[in-house]
Amino acid sequence: MITFEQVSVHYADAAEPALRGVDLTVPEGELCLLVGPSGAGKSTLLGTVCGLVPHFTGGTLTGRVTVGGRDTRDHRPRDLADLVGTVGQDPAGHFVTDTVEEELAYGMESLGLAPAVMRRRVEETLDLLGLADLRGRALSTLSGGQRQRVAIGSVLTVHPKVLVLDEPTSALDPGAAEEVLAVLQRLVHDLGTTVLLSEHRLERVIQYADQVLLIPGPGEPPVLGDPATLMARSPVRPPVVDLGRLAGWSPLPLTIRDARRQAPTLHHRLRPDTPSTPSRPAAAGTPTGQLPPAAPDKPSLLRRRKPLPKTPPPPAAGEPVAAAPDKPSLLRRRRPLPKTPPPPAAGEPVALAARLVVSRGPVAALRGVELALFPGEITALMGRNGAGKSTLLGALVGLHAPTSGTVRIAGLTPHKSRPRELIRTVGLVPQDPRDLLYAESVAEECAAADADAGAEPGTCRALLAGLLPGIADGTHPRDLSEGQRLTLALAVVLTARPPVLLLDEPTRGLDYAAKARLVTTLRALATEGHAVLLATHDVELAAELADRTAVLAEGEIVADGPTAEVVLASPTFAPQTAKILPPYLTVAEVAAALEPPR
Amino acid sequence: MAGRPTPAAARDNSRAVHSRSLVRSLHPGAWWLWSLGLAAAASRTTEPLLLLLILAVAGFVVAARRSDAPWSRSYGAFLRLGLAVLAARVVFAIVLGSPVGGTHVLLTLPQLPLPDWAQGVRLGGAVTLEGVLFALYEGLRLAVLLACVGAANALASPSRLLRSLPGALYEAGVAAVVAMTFAPNLVADVRRLRAARRLRGRSDRGVRAVLSVGLPVLEGALERSVALAAAMDTRGFGRTADVPRAVLRTGGALTLLGLLGVGCGTFGLLSQGSHPWALPVLLAGAGASAAGLALGGRRSVRTRYRPDPWALPEWLTAASGVLVAAALIGYASRYPEALTPSVVPPTAPRLPLLPAAAVLLGLLPAFVTPEPPRSTR
Repeated sequence: MITFEQVSVHYADAAEPALRGVDLTVPEGELCLLVGPSGAGKSTLLGTVCGLVPHFTGGTLTGRVTVGGRDTRDHRPRDLADLVGTVGQDPAGHFVTDTVEEELAYGMESLGLAPAVMRRRVEETLDLLGLADLRGRALSTLSGGQRQRVAIGSVLTVHPKVLVLDEPTSALDPGAAEEVLAVLQRLVHDLGTTVLLSEHRLERVIQYADQVLLIPGPGEPPVLGDPATLMARSPVRPPVVDLGRLAGWSPLPLTIRDARRQAPTLHHRLRPDTPSTPSRPAAAGTPTGQLPPAAPDKPSLLRRRKPLPKTPPPPAAGEPVAAAPDKPSLLRRRRPLPKTPPPPAAGEPVALAARLVVSRGPVAALRGVELALFPGEITALMGRNGAGKSTLLGALVGLHAPTSGTVRIAGLTPHKSRPRELIRTVGLVPQDPRDLLYAESVAEECAAADADAGAEPGTCRALLAGLLPGIADGTHPRDLSEGQRLTLALAVVLTARPPVLLLDEPTRGLDYAAKARLVTTLRALATEGHAVLLATHDVELAAELADRTAVLAEGEIVADGPTAEVVLASPTFAPQTAKILPPYLTVAEVAAALEPPR
Repeated sequence: MAGRPTPAAARDNSRAVHSRSLVRSLHPGAWWLWSLGLAAAASRTTEPLLLLLILAVAGFVVAARRSDAPWSRSYGAFLRLGLAVLAARVVFAIVLGSPVGGTHVLLTLPQLPLPDWAQGVRLGGAVTLEGVLFALYEGLRLAVLLACVGAANALASPSRLLRSLPGALYEAGVAAVVAMTFAPNLVADVRRLRAARRLRGRSDRGVRAVLSVGLPVLEGALERSVALAAAMDTRGFGRTADVPRAVLRTGGALTLLGLLGVGCGTFGLLSQGSHPWALPVLLAGAGASAAGLALGGRRSVRTRYRPDPWALPEWLTAASGVLVAAALIGYASRYPEALTPSVVPPTAPRLPLLPAAAVLLGLLPAFVTPEPPRSTR
């Protein structure tokens, strides 16, 4: 369906080609997943299929891309519009009209379809994507998942043979992501559409893929093949594949069900090796000041989590520790967990929200939130798109004044404090780190951050070099990769040494390597005594990083407790490993348990 | 759903749209004609009671017939803008003085001495009742004009009006609409980035805060526009049919000539003295432009999804607006002083009965148009 013949793309101002040696054919009616680390040229490859590269972006394309028999060199994007449907990363940037129904019809109007045909197809598409209830709604009032579905629907109405999607679920909560992926699978099965999509969060999409198109690294030629085979050599892998590699399973499992079938062997190996139950450092409630610094001397994936708890769990808090060996069923059911949230051994809360109500416009975004953050503790804040996560973070840094209730951070009332004092108390890395960055270069940005925080000149630059070496001084912040930009924003915020650090959706657009670095960084910060709160949709991140998880729904906290307890109780928020080998949450925990005891 | 509706079904459909009980949104053109009619009427008078009556009529219809879409809330914004204009007009009259003289001095401000070259400009000095009244009436007229435009905005979004444009003008129309959405997005961006300034420990108040986010805001807006352009391109915007060049050239020439004719004709009609050639030139120009647009439209392959019908409610709505305008324009040309209250000497405002009754005709759409569809939220 899509044929690449010796395709390379070279942008005018780049030293190296963005894409090199693509020579393959994507067969018709398959869901093809494009996999690769950041900056490997995934978006460029997608752009060549819909003709935006090179007609819209510029640059030189050598070789030939043919879609359904049409050469993209002679066909501009608009001439391919009836054949290729394209949905970009941000669905809001895709909308031309005001309402759902008009948006669905827009593409057909441009192509000049007959009114009766348009009417029929809009109705069909509304049903196919489950949008019938939203047909008259203004696009600006839709939630993230709804927007993404409308964006897909708006290109589906012209009945394209090929659908190209760039990270369709990266901004969505787990539930909404599944909604969108179910729609894509239905298209492939029922309509025979060829779907080509890129995604960083492989754990969400790998089980739907018929083919994987792997770009191993920048400038390396892509390979197309069977998902299980390619996952064995891919530099980016979902946890289920990592677990399979760790256990030496063959063929590699791609779905939870496949892995579960092979899991009994691993259970067997784990049982004799774990006389005591696995325990997480946070659940133990250790004063974090005593933790050794997280030194990532071996950046191997399996070493990311500290292999063993520093102190045994307090016997009073958990179930009997030695009960395991003769009662294996108990072990498999649920790991012993403290019944109470982290004990006050962690100290007084450094940030406290009590009966917090925040209204934004006519609606109450937060209704009576109670939340306490402790030094040295990492808390994950989860919940649907629009549940109020960003508003809660905003209220904690004083961007939104509470309608009622109180927010206290280290003795300050955020919305009444002067910004200069506030940044020494609490720092927020917003959803789009670009919002924080104004300067023309990294060096200027760092100098400005030092001046803002009243820190010694060079503080911010040193922090940045410590977090992520190798960012050039003269680079414009907008030219950095997503991961680099996030790190720069983090360094800027940390320059003022705030004891409370908030991050809004930090892993959006990050590949697994950048995410692993972020995990290391945040864990080191917690060890130094920072209280960290991160709002995220990424269940794997929460499982790996957070000591405590709070779930927001409709502006209320509906669950708050140790991460293991909260995520194991919910099918939506459970990480892959927990679904295969409960009560382990991450592959690293399993690896630690497999290591022979010393 | 059959591809070809049976004749009977089609006839039923065409009848149903005339009924006011069929819930649907009115053709945006009808709302714009109605509100421009009210605006034209308002521009003919400075009688405060009559202006307030027009404002009330527009407000009543908006309250009765606006949908729950986000743009329906724009009426309030236009009202506030009108108030600001009114206030500015009065303040300027107080500070800079007024062209109308007057004997009823309200208060005397300290007058600033100005150099010779600034002759005719006055800062401070006596504030007269007449001057303030004059400014108040003028400001009120502007405010009511704005409210009429706001009413049209709230009742029919400008981009829906765009859908009814002839094919040849469509692309220009899209540019206009994209430019219009640019402004609200820009405001949202400025707000977000000012908040982000707080996160950097800088003050989020004052002019400097707004200026310093200027560059990032523009960059963001530009990126968004480019993304939108790419999305529109991949969705087939700008596809054209093969039309002989000669036809396109003829179309362009006809449009240009036609517009020239319309311009000359309008000038002739509005300028002093009688010009018997004006009306024929205006009509010929309009005809030529229409023909030119029709020829140019052959290039566009666009079709329309569920075009808004133009049925009885649309006719009545448009007619009510046109009638109000015609009545006030006619009345004003016959009794010019009846619709402009005298301020020197100041008199109590009156409500001339005949024009007031004519303005009430503008209420018609609130009763003859169908309810707009409301989404269930």
